[in-house]
Amino acid sequence: MLWYVLRRLVYILPILFGVSLVCFSLLHLAPGDPMTAVMPEFGSEELIEQIKRSYGFDQPLPVQYFRWLLAVLSGDLGTSIVQDRPVWNELAPALVNTFQLAVFGVAISLVAGIGLGLLAGYTRRLVADRAITTTAIVGVSVPHYWVGLVLIAIFAVSLGWLPAMGKAPPSDAFGFDDVRYMILPAITLALIPTGIIARSVRATVIDVRKHEFVQTLHANGLPQRRIFLHVVKNASPTVLAIIGIQLGHLVGGSILVETVFAWPGTGYLLNNAIATRDLPLLQGTILVLATFFVLLNFLVDLAQPFLDPRMKRH
Amino acid sequence: MARRTTYVDETLTPQIAGGRTRIQRTYWQAARRRLVRDPVSMGCISILSLMVAAAIFAPWITPHDPYVTSIVNRLKPVGTPGYLLGTDELGRDMLTRLIYGGRISLLMGLLPIAVATLFGSVLGVVAGYFGGKTNMIIMRVADVFFAFPSVLLAVGLAGALGAGVVNVLISLSLVFIPPITRVAEAATTQIRTQDFVEAARATGASAPRIIIGHVMTNVSSPILTYASSLIGLSIVLASGLSFLGLGMSPPLADWGLMLNTLRQSIYLAPVNAVLPGVMILIASVCFNLLSDGLRTAMDVKP
Repeated sequence: MLWYVLRRLVYILPILFGVSLVCFSLLHLAPGDPMTAVMPEFGSEELIEQIKRSYGFDQPLPVQYFRWLLAVLSGDLGTSIVQDRPVWNELAPALVNTFQLAVFGVAISLVAGIGLGLLAGYTRRLVADRAITTTAIVGVSVPHYWVGLVLIAIFAVSLGWLPAMGKAPPSDAFGFDDVRYMILPAITLALIPTGIIARSVRATVIDVRKHEFVQTLHANGLPQRRIFLHVVKNASPTVLAIIGIQLGHLVGGSILVETVFAWPGTGYLLNNAIATRDLPLLQGTILVLATFFVLLNFLVDLAQPFLDPRMKRH
Repeated sequence: MARRTTYVDETLTPQIAGGRTRIQRTYWQAARRRLVRDPVSMGCISILSLMVAAAIFAPWITPHDPYVTSIVNRLKPVGTPGYLLGTDELGRDMLTRLIYGGRISLLMGLLPIAVATLFGSVLGVVAGYFGGKTNMIIMRVADVFFAFPSVLLAVGLAGALGAGVVNVLISLSLVFIPPITRVAEAATTQIRTQDFVEAARATGASAPRIIIGHVMTNVSSPILTYASSLIGLSIVLASGLSFLGLGMSPPLADWGLMLNTLRQSIYLAPVNAVLPGVMILIASVCFNLLSDGLRTAMDVKP
């Protein structure tokens, strides 16, 4: 088992290195200088040089990369150019907000996706299956940021039941008001994972039910309910993998939904970073989110053999 | 009916080396026949053709000018005489702008997939055919890009490059190259050890010749069906980037940008504000359903 963990670790290290390279180059992809946004327009050559030097932009790129990497590894993500505050100070509260929303969203999509998927997997060739498959396709195709707008139009504007945007004002305890603000964005976020989870649960259930051991269980006279447990147990590794990846997508891909709902998370932060061309903030946020995504996949990989002993062999 | 045709395809393709072109035509013909007989796919094709035709011929079929604003006619509701789908926040005709918007929105969805298919399949086939170090380098780089959620990568690249249509095209293409590379590589690895490739190699055919003549022709259907399944996502992502203000700049019409500018009016005219999203939804659902139909017709395992 330890061997397996080590091997997975060796596999993700180069990927993390690559991710850091991509994030580093984001700053230098931009036309002109990363500092263009904040340079004084009529500053003297000397002043501009001085600013560049203070940020280390006068060094050759490889040197800049290793300096940056060392700083990142020691927890320093750089300084936001526009806010002139450490990127981490901006990022930390946003991460908390994004996680709150993502966990809520994943919970919704788990219940809805697994429910729909099992229903479709068990009622194959029936109308229900057709309907659920179509729903899943629409769920995957729909522009989720637009669904957010539609939900606002219905539940906030027309019915006035729920707040349209933002986060509940800070209070001592996490209460009903916080949930009220989270319902619409969480449902919106849950939409795509629900479609994907439903689709793969359906496919996996159908696949597992074709196996001979299920027929044997039937032949042995096991009641449907018990066979169902066997099917669930065999389908769980695949479903777990998909859920892990979807959680990563929710955290990393929430930018559009957070922008629609003005939810003060990482997505909203990214949107502001783009609008103000605050490249260090953009870079730091993307680095943290991508690293989280890689580590999450790593954890899913580690968890798989526990659920499915067959995978231990390789 | 489909059974007999597939049977003929699968057994004959590898064996009759001389009749390669003839057999291949049969495969594509069979696939086309299956596609034409699928009502869902044909429905999607009609809707999409209508959208594309409307976008191309927009200046001749639209009732109004897409850029002329009018303060008095702001945010007219859907169904107003003369303005079938109402007007936007600057009094411009919604129907006209939705039709014009299809030009950029559809193009921005399709072009990145075309570019990514080209680069991705070349990279994947090369990686799969040569194996070894070449494979390792190409696939490890692809893995790095896989480490980013697609939306995050698109937003990060476009955000760093700055707003603009070309930058959106570049970042979306970069997002879609790695997955296509992976599919192409997997398909090629399966093909390259088969007898007919060995036979071609034994006759002294050069690597490019084998790749183009034997490998590409055999991996094209999995690659194409997979690439087609990404078009819907590409349209949604492209509009999403415009929604964030990274694509077109006003006053040009684009579905994502329209959603963005109409967002402020959602309290005054909620229906108008969500209309552009309906177009994105229709286009994306049709492309995804069509892709499913294509996969069934081409008999590719998902």
